[in-house]
Amino acid sequence: MSADAIGDIWVVTEQRDGQTKAASYALLAKARKLADESQSKVAAVCLSQGVKDADQLMAFGADKVYLVDGPAADGWNDDVYAGELADLARRETPGVILATSGSLGSSVIPRVAVALGTGMAANCISLDFDPQSRMLVQTRPAFGGSLMANVIFPSKKPQVATVRPHAFKKGEANPSRQGQMIRVDLDKQSVTSKTKLLNVVKDLTERVRLDEAEIVVCGGRGLGKAENFAIVAELAEVLGAALGTSRPPVDDGWIPYSHQVGQTGSTVSPKLYIACGVAGSPQHLAGMQTSEIIVAVNEDPKAPIFEVATYGMVGDLFKIVPLLTKKLREARG
Amino acid sequence: MNVIVCIKQVPAKIKIEIDPKTGTLASGGVDRAINPPDLYALEEGLRIKEKTKGKVTVLTVGPVKADESLKEAIGYGADEAILLSDPAFEGSDTWATSHILSKAIKKLGQFDLVLCGKQSIDGETGQVGPMLAGVLGIPFVSLVNKMEELGQGSIKVMRMSDEGHQLIEMALPGVITVVKEINIPRIPSLRGLMAAKKAKIPVWNAQELGIDPATVGSAGSPTRVSKVFFPQRPGKSEMLHGSPESQVEQIMEKLRQVKAI
Repeated sequence: MSADAIGDIWVVTEQRDGQTKAASYALLAKARKLADESQSKVAAVCLSQGVKDADQLMAFGADKVYLVDGPAADGWNDDVYAGELADLARRETPGVILATSGSLGSSVIPRVAVALGTGMAANCISLDFDPQSRMLVQTRPAFGGSLMANVIFPSKKPQVATVRPHAFKKGEANPSRQGQMIRVDLDKQSVTSKTKLLNVVKDLTERVRLDEAEIVVCGGRGLGKAENFAIVAELAEVLGAALGTSRPPVDDGWIPYSHQVGQTGSTVSPKLYIACGVAGSPQHLAGMQTSEIIVAVNEDPKAPIFEVATYGMVGDLFKIVPLLTKKLREARG
Repeated sequence: MNVIVCIKQVPAKIKIEIDPKTGTLASGGVDRAINPPDLYALEEGLRIKEKTKGKVTVLTVGPVKADESLKEAIGYGADEAILLSDPAFEGSDTWATSHILSKAIKKLGQFDLVLCGKQSIDGETGQVGPMLAGVLGIPFVSLVNKMEELGQGSIKVMRMSDEGHQLIEMALPGVITVVKEINIPRIPSLRGLMAAKKAKIPVWNAQELGIDPATVGSAGSPTRVSKVFFPQRPGKSEMLHGSPESQVEQIMEKLRQVKAI
């Protein structure tokens, strides 16, 4: 390693049923770009067992893939993941550790940063290599997306950052890319857990994850009552979108909290956000205003949601939304 | 159970301005309040205290004026509130803040559970809870939406996960972050408000906490904000006109053009 090398760039990947998630592939593409700019290497780290697409991780940009012999296949355990990742990082001394925000980012990565004696930049939307300082510059939103901050690590390594879903795009596969597969058997004694998973309750109503969705359809107070959520749920279904909501419908018990977007709910940043009957309180805007395209349907032309909307539709959502659903369904045959 | 609740004082208004002279946040003269997500942590702490005949201690790292938020916490029913404040703490990132909190928690001595809100509404990192657990070397569970069981030496909690919910047993002492769904915070009682008015908030500085000033604040923080700026907003909203049918035709065309559908 030359004196000005930034060190290996790690991508902590996440799998579902053995398949690496799209968000991890997108982050891998970004890491590849950063590595090419900084003449460093990319390593994909797999903490879960039974990863089926390890060779794909190489085709999409990894120079190395670490397959960590993790806890039992069913065995979620953030304590164990955090311990294993920190152990591996101590041994291999990467320069940068990147992961997606969400469950991993809210639980595992901050503890890994502390264990390695370094800090962290959470929920970044942009990562850039600064050739002058030969460091990464992390850009992250604050104050509900109304402000951006560039975060640097002046002297500590590794630089640890989590990134929001959709911040980056998946790259092109290059099947001829060669890489190194490294099986890691960590000393189990060193990683103990004081938490135990007793039960998993899968949310059956939620077909598409809110924070991972490319399209979010959001129903607000303008729906009037719980039954009317069917109108936005249908639009969500035809678009393959996640169903979101603002605070009032949750407080009134129309829809579970896990759908709430905003300051006290989830922060989303999809490619397309369709707000139906959402007034657009500052608290709601804080959770969605970084979305790429925002379509707002509201009968009140003065509703604050129109201030952040890309396209505004003033009118009766009970007419517009079902019509849009119908036209989309027709267009898809 | 002895419960410690960590709160943050934040700007009460979400609209913020950048000081054109310094290029940093203009925070002077802004009303400040307890970070709204932290109120759910405080309420949960108070409920645990009532069920187990325990005690709630509230901590915050902040400037001298942050004692107002701690008095407010006393108003809600907290038994004790301590301000961790020192000029050396200024500019602390989440790592340094977690270290300051950990020193205060060790100084307090015996405790069972530390509660934090999901994240602050200004910095929005959600990092201090898990980092604090890491520094203290105790277990951690994020995004708890239900307290299922308060046991001897352990608790059972429901947490939000990527796939739904998980029921987790955590050994005590430990740290959890909670989400809004866990409870509905109470309104301070008249007695609470009187107590808040009379409360004297102790201030612990770096020396009292045994903290080397070089390890906290801007100097000791692993991360630094090198620049703040307003995000580039795409131009003004484009309002569609016409009948519902016409507007739907137009929006379909626009979304097709940008390949959003």
